[in-house]
Amino acid sequence: MLWYTGRRILQMIPVFFGATFLIYFMVFSLPGDPIAALYGDRPPAPGVIEQVRAQYNLDKPFIVQYFLYIGNFFQGDLGTTYSGRPVSDVMAGAFPVTFRLAMLALFFESVAGIVVGLIAGLRKGKLFDASALVVSLLLISVPTFVLGFVFRLTFGVQLGWFRTTVSGEAPWGELVLPALVLASVSFAYIVRLTRASVADNLNADFVRTATAKGLSRPRVVTVHVLRNSLVPVITFLGVDLGSLMVGAIVTEGIFNINGVGGTVFKAITLGESTTVVSFIAVMVVIFVVANLFVDLLYAALDPRIRYAK
Amino acid sequence: MGLSALALVSVSALALSGCASSADEADAPAADTAAIISTNGSEPQNPLIPTNTTETGGGKIATSIFAGLVSYNAAGEIENEVAESIESDDATTWTVTLEEGWTFTNDEPVTADSFVDAWNYGALFSNAQSASYFFDNIVGFDYEVDSELTGLTVVDDQTFTVELASPEADWPLRLGYTAYMPLPSAAYDDMAAFGENPIGNGPYMLDGEGAWVHEDKISLVTNPGYDGVRKPVNGGLDIIFYNDQAAAYADVQGGNLDVLDAVPDSAFETYEAEFGDRAVNQAAAIFQGFNMPYYLEHWSGEEGELRRAAISMSINREEITDVIFQGTRTPATDFTSPVIDGYSDSLEGADVLEYNPEEAVKLWAEADAIAPYGDTTFDIAYNSDGGHQAWVDAVINSIVNTLDISATGKPYPTFAAALEDRSNDALTGGTRAGWQADYPSLYNFLAPLYQTGAGSNYEDYSSEAFDGLLREGATASNVEDATAKYQEAQEVLLQDLPSIPLWYSNVNGVSADTVDNVVFGWDSVPLYYQITKG
Repeated sequence: MLWYTGRRILQMIPVFFGATFLIYFMVFSLPGDPIAALYGDRPPAPGVIEQVRAQYNLDKPFIVQYFLYIGNFFQGDLGTTYSGRPVSDVMAGAFPVTFRLAMLALFFESVAGIVVGLIAGLRKGKLFDASALVVSLLLISVPTFVLGFVFRLTFGVQLGWFRTTVSGEAPWGELVLPALVLASVSFAYIVRLTRASVADNLNADFVRTATAKGLSRPRVVTVHVLRNSLVPVITFLGVDLGSLMVGAIVTEGIFNINGVGGTVFKAITLGESTTVVSFIAVMVVIFVVANLFVDLLYAALDPRIRYAK
Repeated sequence: MGLSALALVSVSALALSGCASSADEADAPAADTAAIISTNGSEPQNPLIPTNTTETGGGKIATSIFAGLVSYNAAGEIENEVAESIESDDATTWTVTLEEGWTFTNDEPVTADSFVDAWNYGALFSNAQSASYFFDNIVGFDYEVDSELTGLTVVDDQTFTVELASPEADWPLRLGYTAYMPLPSAAYDDMAAFGENPIGNGPYMLDGEGAWVHEDKISLVTNPGYDGVRKPVNGGLDIIFYNDQAAAYADVQGGNLDVLDAVPDSAFETYEAEFGDRAVNQAAAIFQGFNMPYYLEHWSGEEGELRRAAISMSINREEITDVIFQGTRTPATDFTSPVIDGYSDSLEGADVLEYNPEEAVKLWAEADAIAPYGDTTFDIAYNSDGGHQAWVDAVINSIVNTLDISATGKPYPTFAAALEDRSNDALTGGTRAGWQADYPSLYNFLAPLYQTGAGSNYEDYSSEAFDGLLREGATASNVEDATAKYQEAQEVLLQDLPSIPLWYSNVNGVSADTVDNVVFGWDSVPLYYQITKG
C-alpha cells in the first residue's frame, strides 16, 4: 500500500513537467503580442511596449522563457501578472473561494444524489424512480449558464432569497446558490449511477444471503447494498472534484465569484503565461491527488480490491 | 440525515440574507451625507499611478482620488481645480498659477513641484508609463532616451511655466486627463507601493491601507481636506469589480448595487421599461467605425475613394442601431462625438454617411470601370472576444444586399490576434476601429487616428490637406478658430473616408431607487460626487 502510494506520488513529477511545458508552449503560441494588446485601441509609445516586454521576459526565445519560469518556480517565485501582482497572491485569492464552492457543490451533489439514487434504485419502476429519471435527464440537458441565469433571476432578483452575486469575502451562505447550480449536472449523474448500481446489487447473491440469514432490511440496504454500490459513485466524485475545482468558469462568471476558472480564463485571453501555467500546475496536482485518494478509497469500500506491489 | 443537513444549510442562508436586508432599511435616513454609494468597475490594469492608468477601470478610480489643474463637468467643459489660472499669449508658453491651500491627504501641500515632478516621471522613457506620449508636445520630451522636460520651469511654489514644442490653442482642455495629475513627493520612494495605496488630493481617498481588495473592490471615502468644485454630497464610493456586466445588472435589480454605468447587451430591450427614469441612454464620447487599409489592392487612389464612399452609402446605420443595438447607438455624422464641443451633424460631405443604395451601386460601378473588383471577397476583421459579431454581420449583410458582392465578417479569436495583423499590415480587408476620447476635444478624436504616422493610424492614411488643417487648428489663437479648422479637417476625412464612421456608442446606465441625482459625465462615468443616497 505504502509502496503503491509512493509510486503514484513519484508519477506526479513527469506529469507536472509535461503539463507545465505543454501549457506554457500553448500560451506562448497564442497569436498576437499580449503586451501590445494590453493597451487596447490606444497604443503607448513604442519604447514603452518594448520595455514592458523585456520586463516579462517576452523578448526571449520560448525555451529560455520556460526555464526561467521553472527555475523561479522552484525558488518559490511564481512570477507576476501583467498588472505586476505576484501570481502567488492571485492564487491565494482564487483557490480558497473555488475550493469552498467545490466542497459545497460536492456535498450537495453527493448527499442528495446518493439518497435520491438509493430510493430510486430500491423502488425501481415506481413513480419516484420514474420522476427521478426525468428530473435528472432534464438537469443533464439544461446548460449550466441557463440554469445559472434562471436561478439568479428567480431566487436572487425576484424572490430575494439569496444575494444575486457573491460578495468579496464569499461567505458560505452566499455560495449556496452557485453551489446548487454547479452541483446540478453531477447530481443527475450520481442519481443515475447510484440507482443503476443499487438496482444491480439488490439481485446479487450476497444480498440474498444477507436477507436469508435474517438481517433487517435497513441493515441489508445500508451495509450490503449501498456500500457495494458506492464504488462507481466514488470514482465519479473523485473526477468531479477535479472538474469542479477548474471548470466552474460559467458559474463563477454569473455570480461574479473571483475564482480559479474565471482567473485562468482571463489570463488565457491576456496571454499571461505565468498565471496560466502556475494555476494549471496546482490543478494537475489536485487532479492527481484526488484520483489517488479515490483509488485508495476503493480498498476501504471493497476489500476484494487490493494493490499489489 | 443528508437531506435535513441540506435543509439546514439553506435555512441558515435565508436567515442571513433576511437579516442583511432589514438592517439596510433600518439605517437609511433621508439624504445621508455619510452614505456609501456602490457602483460597478473593473480591476485596474496597473497599480494606480496616474501616468500609467490609461484604461477605464483604473481611470475611474484615479479621477476620483486625484484632482488635476482642471476637471470636467457633465458637459465636458473644464473647470479649474488646483489651477487658479492657465494663461498664454501665443498658445506656446503657458503660465500655470495654482490656488493656495491644496494639500494631499498626507498633509503635504500641492505645489508647482507636485505637478512638474509627476509630469517628468510620467514622460521619462525608462519609466515606461503608458501615458508618456501625452507629454510629447512639451519641450524636452524624447521617445527614445531618458530626457528631462526642460519646457517645465518652476517659478515659485504656486507658479510654473510650460513651453510647448508646437502651439496648442486648446492645451488646457487636456489637463483634466489622469496623466496630468500631481503626485506627492512620498510617491517617488517606491512607486509600485504607492500605486497600491495611492495618496491623492481628489474628492475621495482610499479608506485606509488595503482599501483596494484585488479582483474584488476598492473602498473610497470622502477626503475631508478637499475643497474643489467636485465636493461630494455622499460619504464615499464602493467600486465593485465585475468581470461580467450581466452580473452587475442583476445586482442592481437585486438591490446590491446602487449605480451601474454599463447595461449588458442582454438587457438592452428591457432596461428602459424596467428602470424608467432611472435608466440613462445618452450619446458618449465613443466613436465606432471600420477602416479600409490603403495597402490593399482596389482601396487606394481614386478607385479606393469611390469604393469607400460606395461601401459607406450601402450601410443602413439607422436600421442596424435600432435592430441590433435597440437604440443604444447613435448613427454617426462625423468623426468625433455629439458630446464634444464643436461636434457638427451638418459637415460638408456628411451625406456620404447616409444610406443611399442607388448612389452606392453607381459609385461601385464607377470604381469597377477603373479596375474591376472581380470576385474578391470583401471582409471586415474583428476580435470575437469583444461582442462585435452581431453588428459586423449586420453591416456585411447591408453591404451584400446593396452592392451584390461577396462579403463576410472575419473573426480573430482575441484582441491581441486582431491587433497583430493590423499592426503588421497583414489585413485582407477592413478592420473594426473604435476610439474613446481621453479628454473632450475634437483634436483627440482626429490627431491620434488619422494624422500621418500617428500611433493609432494603423491603416497608413496620409493626407497633406488634413495634416495641414489639423496643424492650423492646433496653432489657432482661439478655440473657435481651432474648431472651425478641425471641422474643415473632418470634411477632408469625409472625402477620403480613411475610416468609415458607423455610430457613436451611447452610455447606458441604471441606478437603484436608493440613490438620486445620477448624472453621467462626458466620459460615460457618473459624476459620483453629486449622487445622494437615502
